[in-house]
Amino acid sequence: MVRMQALSSEYERAHPGLRLNWVILEENTLRQRLTTDISTHGGQFDVMTIGAYEAPLWGAQQWLQPLDGLPADYELSDLFPNVREQLTAGGHLYAVPFYAEASITFYRKDLFAARGLTMPERPTWQQIRELAAALHQPDRGVYGICLRGKAGWGENMALLGTLVNAYGGRWFDPDWRPQIDTPPWHEAVSFYIDLLGRYGPPGPSDNGFNENLALFAAGRCAMWVDASVAGGTLVDPKESTVAAKVGFARAPQQVTDRGSSWLWVWSLAIPASSRQTQAARDFILWATSRAYLRKVGERYGVASTPPGTRLSTYEAPEYMAAAPFAKVTFDSLRAVDPAHPTLLPVPYKGIQLVSIPEFQAVATLVGRMVAGALTGRGQVDHVLRTCQNAVERTMKRAGYYRNSAARAAGEP
Amino acid sequence: MSASSRRARVQPERLLGQPAVVLLLLWMIVPLAMTVYFSTQYFNLLYPKKSSFVGLENFAYFFTYPSFWTSVLNTVLLVGSVLAITVVFGVLISVLVDEHFPGQGIVRMLLVSPFFIMPTVAALAWKNLLMNPVSGFFAWIARAFGATPVNWFADWPLLSVILVVAWEWLPFAILIFVTALQSMDREQKEAAQMDGARAWAIFRYLTLPHLGRPIAVVVMVEAIFLLNVFAEIFVTTNGGPGDATTNVPFLVYTQALLEFDVGAASAGGLVAVVLANIVAVFLIRLIGQSLTARSGAPS
Repeated sequence: MVRMQALSSEYERAHPGLRLNWVILEENTLRQRLTTDISTHGGQFDVMTIGAYEAPLWGAQQWLQPLDGLPADYELSDLFPNVREQLTAGGHLYAVPFYAEASITFYRKDLFAARGLTMPERPTWQQIRELAAALHQPDRGVYGICLRGKAGWGENMALLGTLVNAYGGRWFDPDWRPQIDTPPWHEAVSFYIDLLGRYGPPGPSDNGFNENLALFAAGRCAMWVDASVAGGTLVDPKESTVAAKVGFARAPQQVTDRGSSWLWVWSLAIPASSRQTQAARDFILWATSRAYLRKVGERYGVASTPPGTRLSTYEAPEYMAAAPFAKVTFDSLRAVDPAHPTLLPVPYKGIQLVSIPEFQAVATLVGRMVAGALTGRGQVDHVLRTCQNAVERTMKRAGYYRNSAARAAGEP
Repeated sequence: MSASSRRARVQPERLLGQPAVVLLLLWMIVPLAMTVYFSTQYFNLLYPKKSSFVGLENFAYFFTYPSFWTSVLNTVLLVGSVLAITVVFGVLISVLVDEHFPGQGIVRMLLVSPFFIMPTVAALAWKNLLMNPVSGFFAWIARAFGATPVNWFADWPLLSVILVVAWEWLPFAILIFVTALQSMDREQKEAAQMDGARAWAIFRYLTLPHLGRPIAVVVMVEAIFLLNVFAEIFVTTNGGPGDATTNVPFLVYTQALLEFDVGAASAGGLVAVVLANIVAVFLIRLIGQSLTARSGAPS
């Protein structure tokens, strides 16, 4: 985003009479500002940065301008099909992606080699646990595994969502009954708390993406399962002390590999309340075009090319050579399927998220309770039962069981 | 000036005051009415088309929210502990600095200064400079004595928040108590000393009764502000871990801005208003009684 802001001065020079005003916000604040602005038709912004959760929901509300009839030179077919799928609602594309990520496993090749261990190309969570046990050396400041523990639907629940999926669990059954008090959730959450408690860094409930990135870059983690986008930072010797020692593997699976790796997309969209539709459209097409991606690569190094959005990025040999994480990212992004995220059938789209407005309430609450359990406040059984009841209440209140037939048909 | 002319002059003044009164009333009533209205609606900000009248369901929802009773308990614990700490230490410290000693002015100024630091800044300073388990000052002290540093906000979250808030409000108590002590009768104290009264007896029978009213003021004012503590929690623990530091205002915040549930948040806001009023009535009763009892008793 910062790079886009830097490069957009060129865009301004090419388009006299056009001035871009940027508002840069931290992720939570961004979400609050945008949600309140768009739901009240505030019209403060002409272009918005939104994620894979908001795009289809807001599109279905007709809060966003549909991006139909894009010019041929934009090469829509070059975008990852499942990334496009996440930004589409009712057959219309509502946002264009500027980067996308899957979750993958990062590990320290030097530590593995020193112990004579190898990381499987597609590990299971049980294997991760055994490896973490072998590599955990807290007295030397290296912890077996780092994972997100900070409460939040975009923090710990993103990881835990994929972990539950890997154990064969799901958020809802086709009648929208929550499935949190079921064996897969119990196994997954108990496993997660046990794993982090035994082989994680101290105070894991404080660690989100940024904290773990800092820990891994400082050489404190033997393994880390998180967003593929971290690869760019970890292999950069200016930002990482372990730049040459990072290995990459697919996100761990267990009972199934379905939904065991998440898919998140940051994208640009035009709110329906925008008064500069045409200019906004020109800009977001420029900022996500092939030419722009090339420009970033030229200016900041090929490995910095915005990842995960265009197939052509991964066809370029110089990118594949410069970015050691590219292959795993590519394989993961090709494999994820937000339309069929779990082992058992579900009525929703999205792997680590459920594309309904109530999901933020539901996952915020569960995330907070699980983070509490992680610090030893409450037993897993009790926490999951409480969550099950609370989620059922939320869904009942939102009217899901009054006309469940219509809901199961795919209405959001 | 005759009585009739005075009445004639007072009337227009009163009339002139009316617009202000009306404005103030509107100022209060409009938001309150809107909150009451929204508290009867199912209204998710992400899904405005689905909003509908639901009666008292939002209140039932808020009361049965898993964190509700924890948040009430946390609010009571937070307010109670901070009040106790600020009153006890406020009295002790202000008695100490009441005696003349070199540098008294500077010491008093330093004692009062934390009160002028913004809550967010204070919370950040405590979180990162003092209580951080790796780089914080307390961790450094612990390591200097060979002990394991405490991870304050993870292991003792509510206590940590209480300490931060108490640190902010202690200066307020000191400010009030020091001012009150200056109005104390020195001659009475000297007379008591001549009669052979020890320091403790003077403190118990002269200073404390003299401070009765200021203590009541401190308790009342602080209680009103402490019921609304938010910034310190938001910056340090974000209500967690789990719901260990979620108080009622923070719970309302999570409903409104993390879950975008306007209905439940409005209901929660009203619940918070009622709770605050209960506490206020209770405090006024209690303090009023103790004040009348004290002034009625022979000293």
